[in-house]
Amino acid sequence: MQPTDIHNPNYFHKVVDCQWACPAHTPVPEYIRLIAQERYTEAYMINWESNVFPGILGRTCDRPCEPACRRVRTEEKPVAICRLKRVAADHKGDITPYLPKVPQKKNGKRIALLGAGPASLAVARDLLPLGYSVDMFDRDPGGGGMMRSQIPAFRLPKDVLEEEVDLIVNMGVNTHYNYEITSMKEMLDMDYDAYFVGTGAPRGRDLDIPGRKEVSKHISIGIDWLSSVAFGHTTSISGKVIVMGGGNTAMDCCRTSNRLGAESVTVVVRSAFDVMKASDWEKEDAMAEGIPILNNRPPKEFVHDNGKLKGVVFGRVKPVEVDGRLKYVPTGEPDVYIEANHILMAIGQENHCPWIERDLGIEFDKWDCPVIDEDSLQSTHEKIYFGGDSAFGPENIIWASAHAHKAAISIHLFCQGKDPKHDRPPEAVNLISQKMGLHEWSYDAEHDPSQRHIVPHADLKRSLDNIKVEVELGFDEDLGFKEAQRCLNCDVQTVFTEKLCIECDACVDICPMDCITFTPNAPEAELRTALTAPAETLEQDLYVSETLPTNRVMVKDEDLCLHCGLCAERCPTNAWDMQKSIIHIPQLSSYAE
Amino acid sequence: MTFVPKPAARHPLLKTNEIGLTRRDYEAIVSTLCAGCGHDSVSAAVIQACHELSIPPHQFAKVSGIGCSSKTPSYFLGNAHGFNSVHGRMPSIATGAYLANKELKYIGISGDGDSASIGLGQFAHIIRRKVDMCYIVDNNGTYGLTKGQFSATNDRGSTSKRGVPNLYAPIDLVSLAIQLGASFVARSFSGDKQQLIPLIKAAVLHKGFAFIDVISPCVMFNNHEGSTKSYSHVRNHTEPVVDANLIMPRDEIAVEYEEGTTISVPMHDGSELHLRKLSDSYEPNDRVSALTYVQKAQEEGEIVTGLLFLEEDAVDCHDILGTTDTPFNGLAQESLCPGAEKLEQINDSLR
Repeated sequence: MQPTDIHNPNYFHKVVDCQWACPAHTPVPEYIRLIAQERYTEAYMINWESNVFPGILGRTCDRPCEPACRRVRTEEKPVAICRLKRVAADHKGDITPYLPKVPQKKNGKRIALLGAGPASLAVARDLLPLGYSVDMFDRDPGGGGMMRSQIPAFRLPKDVLEEEVDLIVNMGVNTHYNYEITSMKEMLDMDYDAYFVGTGAPRGRDLDIPGRKEVSKHISIGIDWLSSVAFGHTTSISGKVIVMGGGNTAMDCCRTSNRLGAESVTVVVRSAFDVMKASDWEKEDAMAEGIPILNNRPPKEFVHDNGKLKGVVFGRVKPVEVDGRLKYVPTGEPDVYIEANHILMAIGQENHCPWIERDLGIEFDKWDCPVIDEDSLQSTHEKIYFGGDSAFGPENIIWASAHAHKAAISIHLFCQGKDPKHDRPPEAVNLISQKMGLHEWSYDAEHDPSQRHIVPHADLKRSLDNIKVEVELGFDEDLGFKEAQRCLNCDVQTVFTEKLCIECDACVDICPMDCITFTPNAPEAELRTALTAPAETLEQDLYVSETLPTNRVMVKDEDLCLHCGLCAERCPTNAWDMQKSIIHIPQLSSYAE
Repeated sequence: MTFVPKPAARHPLLKTNEIGLTRRDYEAIVSTLCAGCGHDSVSAAVIQACHELSIPPHQFAKVSGIGCSSKTPSYFLGNAHGFNSVHGRMPSIATGAYLANKELKYIGISGDGDSASIGLGQFAHIIRRKVDMCYIVDNNGTYGLTKGQFSATNDRGSTSKRGVPNLYAPIDLVSLAIQLGASFVARSFSGDKQQLIPLIKAAVLHKGFAFIDVISPCVMFNNHEGSTKSYSHVRNHTEPVVDANLIMPRDEIAVEYEEGTTISVPMHDGSELHLRKLSDSYEPNDRVSALTYVQKAQEEGEIVTGLLFLEEDAVDCHDILGTTDTPFNGLAQESLCPGAEKLEQINDSLR
């Protein structure tokens, strides 16, 4: 193998599994260390810079970071990264001194943001400190988009939402609420310098099976119904409710129904339990509230009496793996009939822009999605950028933040007359030694073997009685500290300097995870089997040194390294050092003075 | 010194041996020796060897004297028996322990000061008495604990850290051991575990006195240019003459050797020791020829390594004395102390 180029920003970035997995590349270990030091405000600001909505995401994020966490591989349960983010948000102090300054004098460029959801808000936050005038349009009476209209209050309290939305709006966004955008052409006529489309994926999918038309007044589309609950138009639901669908919207629908007076609530899902789209913890929370989830039941027919819904007939299937893909085949058992008075349909949603005229130079692909450059998020119309769910379809809030940072850079480059795709600033990595002295490291190197701590919940009866009672209580400072200690500090890297190594084997002998081997060089596949312990996780890189005096190379399997620093502790010549990798992901703020 | 304890977490694919233990079960507390000390590599080799032998840790007894080397039994086989004796007196303790209980596997760790200076007399006599044990000397040619004076195994002309040459000729423990009748004599290097681990395994299983001289650099006081016991000097001046490979009963023999170069020696536990000659003129079964070879090489500044001498069907001190096979702790009170009447009978028989 070739020696590893550790100055490639991606190399050590990949070792920080959580940060690599996070679409916004939040420096997770860095803020977790700050939480352990009770520096909640700084921890919050690190989050705010990367993902813009720490308090909201600390409650609602889909957490791509957690399955990536190294602890999943070294034991089983990841660090509760998401809930630690909430700890930072819950316990932070005054953040105003840390906020970017918005200049009084504008730079003369006007930007229109369509939609007031997370993507548009994040773009506004990035643009405002550079002097841009930002106009934001939304059909709802307030900002926040789906965070306001679709996420129930028992998961995301209104004050948490409003605090983070208002923070950005108050930076100087010109809001145009209750503004139904009906024509892109009309918007273009307003002659802004650039447009950002962040209108989300507002259309819930429907289902065309027998009886659908006849019972339409007993059927609600999940996201529309949640929205009407959020804005107070719907305050109750009665009778027996069936929620169709297996995603997070379905979970929100069933738990909301449970709180609004449904006689019974049942979730019926076409697919198997394990492959449901909903996050595991959302499923667990729904089941903990006594809601049954029935799987492998595709709906066949709505049964009604002259338009009055009686129930639904479901078929029975079982998942069978054919050529590595799941297929559902009928079991041959008789169909199931479930009584129902109301159906909530939560079987997916689409980005849908009927208001964009198709003759403006904005190209759409065969699935009727806008054609967008993945790096710049620019559409085929140079002034128009997309982000959030309206760019590539429904995703989590964290993706909206990630898109927004990219789009803001693009808009800035475009307004400067530069190329949004090719003039983008590069990523970079800084490595800083953490050695403080003899046996002293600036981070808590000791491995904490404790198991993941469980987040306390509000009393079940109390939370079912009131839709505004938040179910998860979050970690207190003590539990937050304990959970923070589980973080392995994967951003404190083991950095090897060949010319200092005397090949004494001290690092090999001490490494608790058998990560390090000195061996003759070979092709990667061969090396992976020749190590002290086999390196079977192919996605995890091998760190290979230059050839050493004994004609061997040092090979470190990054997979299970605990970053305990013992290799550096036991190295007599400092050939190993523990160095913090700071990954620079370009943001527009790096342009600001 | 290292203050960070070694995490208990381990690689999920770490191999278990025949009795279901991983290598980590043969470890002990984290070493307090200087970072990079060769002795820590020797400890790691002992850990690996004992794990591969699938002998439970509590069936070992570790004995040592005084010095950096003699601290190391604290850093391996945490669940074994052990005795850290006074300076140079480990052989007496080992002899006593072995007479009392021959069922344990004895691993003695000593150093060049402990065995070649203060304990040279004890070293000679434990060999002569043929105690069945694996006696390892961590040989760094220097007194590390007292800040780097030359030890008795330091080569003439080898310099101190400040460049002062040693004026005395070294004591070669390997030559001594061959000459005094050890039945298993080997030399290795702490930086070459591939060679060292099989030697330790074979030495543990060997019946009779097994001696391994391990060149183990002192990173603090004897790892500079001018030293003949530094990592780089040893790497550049070793001549392996006999490769030892212990084949356990369950192992499949994967390697085929050229005819005439391999000697196969059955061990008492059913395993087989394969000796592969790397030098045509070397005779590992001939005491005089082995000794001549080793000494000649030493004169030329070469360090001969490998299993240098092996006597098959060796006897140990229990055989010579005709003592009981049962450990004392397994003997009943009346056998251990048969009483005044029996003593009287014995005395009478001698009158």
